Amino acid sequence: MQHSNVLVGITTSDDAGVYKLNETTALVQTVDFFTPIVDDPYLFGQIAAANSLSDIYAMGATPLTALNLVAFPNGKLPQEVLLAILRGGQDKVAEAGAVIIGGHTIDDNEPKYGLAVTGTVHPDRVWTNAGAQPGDVLVLTKALGTGILASAARAGLFPRGVEAAVAGMAALNAVAARVATDFTVHACTDITGFGLSGHVYEMAAGSKVSIIIDSTALPLLPEAAEAAAMGLVPGGAYANRKYLESVTFADTVPEPIRDISFDPQTSGGLLFAVPEGEAGELIKALQAAGVAMASKIGCVTSEGSGKIYVR
Amino acid sequence: MSDKIIDCRGMACPGPVISTKKAIEETDSGKITIIVDNEAAKINVTKFAAANNLGSAVESQDGHYYITMIKGTGQAVSAAGTASASYPADSVQVYLITQDTLGHGSPELGAVLIKAFMTTLLEVKPAPSVIMMINSGVKLAVNGSPVLDQLTTLAGRGVTVLSCGTCLDYYQCKTELAVGEVTNMYTIVETISQNKTVTL
Repeated sequence: MQHSNVLVGITTSDDAGVYKLNETTALVQTVDFFTPIVDDPYLFGQIAAANSLSDIYAMGATPLTALNLVAFPNGKLPQEVLLAILRGGQDKVAEAGAVIIGGHTIDDNEPKYGLAVTGTVHPDRVWTNAGAQPGDVLVLTKALGTGILASAARAGLFPRGVEAAVAGMAALNAVAARVATDFTVHACTDITGFGLSGHVYEMAAGSKVSIIIDSTALPLLPEAAEAAAMGLVPGGAYANRKYLESVTFADTVPEPIRDISFDPQTSGGLLFAVPEGEAGELIKALQAAGVAMASKIGCVTSEGSGKIYVR
Repeated sequence: MSDKIIDCRGMACPGPVISTKKAIEETDSGKITIIVDNEAAKINVTKFAAANNLGSAVESQDGHYYITMIKGTGQAVSAAGTASASYPADSVQVYLITQDTLGHGSPELGAVLIKAFMTTLLEVKPAPSVIMMINSGVKLAVNGSPVLDQLTTLAGRGVTVLSCGTCLDYYQCKTELAVGEVTNMYTIVETISQNKTVTL
């Protein structure tokens, strides 16, 4: 049974839960943590925090407070590593204008880090993934391929692409979210573990529409397509591909691009569904604000049941 | 010829691909068999073989995959197999490159692909004899080109690299030419009409 104050709960696979406190304020809550995706502990801390905060931005909310969730092999890794991870998280949360007010650490074989984040939003201004309408255009704010390039990093290959992927993952979605508040956002989500195709599917299914993705318009991280063609595709991408039966591809879409569309993203970009008439202005405003990769990647075609066609 | 068997069962991604890469690099010619225990690793190793111009065959046994590839003869066979009989006996392989990206569609992807193409060309045997650039293709042979290293390596191995003079003039980069020689339309027409030519 759903409480009447729950505006967004667990039934629509959205990015965060939203609970209405009163007529002007709703609480937005989310939690995410994972194992190191890069070797540098400070960067890992930054990326984990940017990733956790992203769910708040994807709901149109402002982050206020955060709690650290830490697993660390005490005695097996130097204490400086733990401190560097926490410093990375601390700096990123401060950049977001929020504050860490606590946390919990357990002893574990492999390090893990992330945060539980709380934010607020006006109850009438919540962005869900379920409001996309026929005629909307999809705008994506970060380049794709972080999972593939994390594989490349482990293989010691494609350093240029890896560097770009790390910079992208550590970047907050704050600017993109702030710019988009001046536009009519029908739906928003962030691209994470289910890959572009998976999160577009959630938006399409939640909104009961069909969506077309233009594969030639996808912003790609440098060397991501090359790395995919070499077989540096994470297992999660194949799992997403198997699960997402409602995604079909035109014959002309190259295999590496298909892989990238299923590639699990860490701290990926925001995906907005906006009216076609506003898309051009939104992209211009995003790019002017420094969100350089902002691109129109597809459109909502009709009412439907979550079919995705990639052409 | 030597046979190599690499057991990658139990390895996490991208372990099997790295092991395959190492095995291919360490083998001059011979059969390489990679054993993996999951489908993702099977597909990735197959992709890696294809990216290195090695055909591969997969056998499945008790949920494990045995991927076999042959290094050495495979490349020679495929290159010879595509040669056409209608060219003179001394016909050589020519690549005519007509733009600074590969294929039609996203220019960003095209830039990625041309780089991947040139890098792969370094591994292909026999190497082409002549690479000719026309229109925006000439930008690949000038300073700042993303594939300058690859073209320079090919030129060092005896590949003739030619850029259309009219095109260099048009893009105002003749003084920036960093690899190979300037050529003219007469030479281009003569070369492509008398040799097996791939146009990109």
